[in-house]
Amino acid sequence: MALFRKRDKILPGFRLTLGFTMLYLSLIVLIPLAALVVKSLELSPAEWWAVITAPRVLASYKISLLTSLIAALVNLVFGLLLAWVLVRYRFPGKKIIDGLIDLPFALPTAVAGISLTTIYSPKGWIGSLLPEGVKIAYTPIGITIALIFIGLPFVVRTVQPVLQDMEADTEEAAATLGAYRWRTFRKVIFPELLPPMLTGFALAFARGIGEYGSVVFISGNMPFKTEIAPLLIITKLEQFEYGQAAAVAIVLLAISFVLLLLINLLQRWTNRRLSKI
Amino acid sequence: MAGIVTNPRAGTDRAPVAKHLTEPPVVKWILLSIALLFIGLVVILPLATVIAQAFNKGWSTYINALRDPDAMAALRLTLLTALIAVPLNTAFGVAAAWAITKFRFRGKNLLITLIDLPFAVSPVISGLIFVLLFGAQGLLGPWLAEHDIKIIFATPGIILATMFVTFPFVARELIPLMETQGVQEEESAVSLGARGWRVFRRVTLPNIKWGLLYGMILCNARAMGEFGAVSVVSGHIRGETNTLPLHIEILYNEYQFTASFAVASLLMLLAIVTLIAKSIVESRMNRNQET
Repeated sequence: MALFRKRDKILPGFRLTLGFTMLYLSLIVLIPLAALVVKSLELSPAEWWAVITAPRVLASYKISLLTSLIAALVNLVFGLLLAWVLVRYRFPGKKIIDGLIDLPFALPTAVAGISLTTIYSPKGWIGSLLPEGVKIAYTPIGITIALIFIGLPFVVRTVQPVLQDMEADTEEAAATLGAYRWRTFRKVIFPELLPPMLTGFALAFARGIGEYGSVVFISGNMPFKTEIAPLLIITKLEQFEYGQAAAVAIVLLAISFVLLLLINLLQRWTNRRLSKI
Repeated sequence: MAGIVTNPRAGTDRAPVAKHLTEPPVVKWILLSIALLFIGLVVILPLATVIAQAFNKGWSTYINALRDPDAMAALRLTLLTALIAVPLNTAFGVAAAWAITKFRFRGKNLLITLIDLPFAVSPVISGLIFVLLFGAQGLLGPWLAEHDIKIIFATPGIILATMFVTFPFVARELIPLMETQGVQEEESAVSLGARGWRVFRRVTLPNIKWGLLYGMILCNARAMGEFGAVSVVSGHIRGETNTLPLHIEILYNEYQFTASFAVASLLMLLAIVTLIAKSIVESRMNRNQET
């Protein structure tokens, strides 16, 4: 069976580039990730189970998942709104706003972390406006706000290109047939936007679960209350419990991979829909 | 994946929408106000806070915070890390994109998935894996101790962790770009007698230069700003294993807020320069696509 087609033999450099790719990939990514699996195997299955079902570990998973989920939902709504406004409306400063959407990707997470903490701490610009007894910084609400910042670009950037490519014909037809604007949106536009919205939502959700830098300052890091799973991994590491740290990490990684798989399926769905139009 | 979602057509304007296909002005105005309010609260307010906090004790305090020897050492380490990680990941990205887009082989999709893998890994886990491999109780720890090689809590660990988190950036920009360009131009060059390196430099490189630059800009921004992964492997030794983001954390935890925000303002500047460079490169890429 021919491994290569004829045309492939014309161009040079296949062995060299693929060889370098495989070597570099193995050294930087695959071997270090394998260390995670090997190290967690130092625990017996019973110990493993005990580690990942310990109340403090379960509480940290719950906090990470819940805050990421709420943040991703907020971004789903506002991401759609922002994409809509940026594609459909004209207003001064539009280019700058469009560029600023990417800021959470470009701004180092530690900078976002200290800045958000300062804003929402009891003496901060927003924190000091809150009524007595209401706290944002050092509570799960603070974690959620940091994750809203981090996840902002995903839904906007997945919905925007689909909205741009959408043919005016279908909308036109719906309007001609007497559909009101809201009905056109619900029945014609929204179904097209649903797959990219879900993709962006899943991306933001996945990013939130693993996020550390922007959260660690505002969270307060109280076990059982505001301790996120990535922080717990660091705590285990500082106690030299390498096997436990690896076990907690593997569960977190498994959650990310399931989401990743979901995202890939969603994207395939989006592409199929796009090619049907 | 949990990284950058690129929008190759960002900034291109859609033709104005016909009147009967848009919302009533009141609805439009409300939607626009909510969107701008949200951006103001989520994005602009944090930026303003960094500037206000950095300068709240005046210009000279600001300059002194930046001229502090520990801050300078952190800046040097950050630059060194980017200077090693970005070129290596660029070389990898070009090689991987060449192999993947110019040839057919089995397992290609698996390879692309593996290249994207670091984006799906939490920054903390990205640091953790290197501690498990090279740390005192890590798999290679005893051997390294015997040979007196320090990787964790030292510069090599910081560079390795940074290389891991910035691994996919260049490759994932180049692969779709080179995929659409096909192999015909390169093949004609070869049939005219050009050799490998020359084909790449004269034929491929001019076609991909903006995409390559784009990937490198994103890779650099992440390399200089990475916090979680570097935090795990660094050991936080002042003046030695602190990068700028870690230095910000130390100052903040010592309640030196002004100094902390002064250093943060440097990284904010980097982010803004990155965004501007990104939008310039994006508009160049659009122009190239249109011609």
